[in-house]
Amino acid sequence: MSTTEILFFFLSALAIFSAIMVLVSKNPVHSVLWLIAVFFAISGHYILLNAQFLAIVNLIVYAGAIMVLFLFVIMLMNLNAETEPQKHVWMKLAGAVSGGCFLMVLVSLVRQATDMQHKTALMKDGNIGLIKNLGKALFSDYVVPFEISSVLFLSAMVGAVVIGKKE
Amino acid sequence: MNLLLAIDWALLIEKLILIAIIVFASLGIALYTTFAERKVAAVLQDRPGPNRAGPFGLFQPFADGLKLIMKEEIIPNTANKSLFILGPGLAMTAALMSCAVIPWSSHIELFDRSIDLQIADINIGILYVFGVVSMGVYGIMIGGWASNNKFSLMAALRGASQAISYELAMGLALIAVLMISGSLSLKTIVEQQMGPGQLWNVAYQPLGFLIFFICAMAECNRTPFDLPEAENELNFGYHQEYSSMKLGFYLFSEYINMIMSSAIMACLFFGGYDIPFLNESTLAPNVAAILGVLALLTKIAIFIFVFMWIRWTIPRFRYDQLMNLGWKTLIPLALVNMLATGAVILWHQG
Repeated sequence: MSTTEILFFFLSALAIFSAIMVLVSKNPVHSVLWLIAVFFAISGHYILLNAQFLAIVNLIVYAGAIMVLFLFVIMLMNLNAETEPQKHVWMKLAGAVSGGCFLMVLVSLVRQATDMQHKTALMKDGNIGLIKNLGKALFSDYVVPFEISSVLFLSAMVGAVVIGKKE
Repeated sequence: MNLLLAIDWALLIEKLILIAIIVFASLGIALYTTFAERKVAAVLQDRPGPNRAGPFGLFQPFADGLKLIMKEEIIPNTANKSLFILGPGLAMTAALMSCAVIPWSSHIELFDRSIDLQIADINIGILYVFGVVSMGVYGIMIGGWASNNKFSLMAALRGASQAISYELAMGLALIAVLMISGSLSLKTIVEQQMGPGQLWNVAYQPLGFLIFFICAMAECNRTPFDLPEAENELNFGYHQEYSSMKLGFYLFSEYINMIMSSAIMACLFFGGYDIPFLNESTLAPNVAAILGVLALLTKIAIFIFVFMWIRWTIPRFRYDQLMNLGWKTLIPLALVNMLATGAVILWHQG
């Protein structure tokens, strides 16, 4: 086993374990913290694929900003294990069955997708994930979708301000 | 066996030694920064300051540390125990992590190896720093929430919203620097400023530096931005319930943050390990490297002094003033600065 493989298995185990802990934790604050651990593990995978920019942006945006907002909401609403509404056991069972079906569909889709078959991930030597190449691709080949998505963000911001305004 | 051969052991050992040196040096400097803070405060308030422990009071930081360790460790009954312990640890880790991408100097030659005095020269260096800074918020938030005290919680929320608000202006001020340098690697940014005939970035980006400096002060929760602590309205802020070394970790991480942000400002705007009016390439590499480290440390010391000077001169902002300054003054200014820089660069390219 090479160092890359060891890191891959370690990160995968960490990601899956943390993801399970997100679901199992009774305390919502613990769930959020485990979710942050998941993001860290995923960022580790990005680094293994030499997509450093994506890795760090994943951390800054998801772990650094969005999860802080989650924590804000949970702390201000003072959710905790005691006040959490208890679901009926049949509800839980139905959730597990439908979730399992969805997972099966996803797995079979990924396995059969032509984009995925007979492809190997570029470990360490692919450099499309480096910021220089990514920037060139974004601002030349994909400039129209990029600009349109920025307009989308702007409209979301304006909407948030309008909703947040007093009166 | 195959596995053992796959690793470059010399590189691993070299990096481990470097990490140990840098982490312990940062801790040692932070220790004496607390001493410097008290001395600077004393000078500004016209009193002698700590002068009992050792010559000129030089052993004072060790006495303080011993006092913190010896104090009783109290975990409140109603606190969330695991998170209560995790909070200060996270604050400390996040503070120390940013030292990984700071170029302390060029390279030294030792045992026929050329050793870079930087733990990792990754091509997203400055973004890594931003990632780590955004992690620093969790130390405050988790500690404040886990204490199960409403003052702590309010202080934690204040601290987090302050950090997020000022991160934005900081990032926008940074973009202008990156437009000039065209690289995210701190080492490349420093080397560009060292080139013959090159001025430090602060000459091209005075406004950007000012915005960055104010935001760095807010990120470190230093007065006039120490709203999360605000003794006279929130008792002691997010670390009110903490005692002993856990409190020490919180207080200490503030000083480490200060050192790291000073180092980053020195690298981005003041030429990093560049010695002014001296062409380093004429010196032997080892001499140049050691002088470079000293130059960077001097710049850091000057920044830290300015931080303290401001702390003991300017009173704290009110919370709405803080938010107004961040969102209505600094962010528009940083945007204008960014646009102007872009326009000038375009004009130069013809």
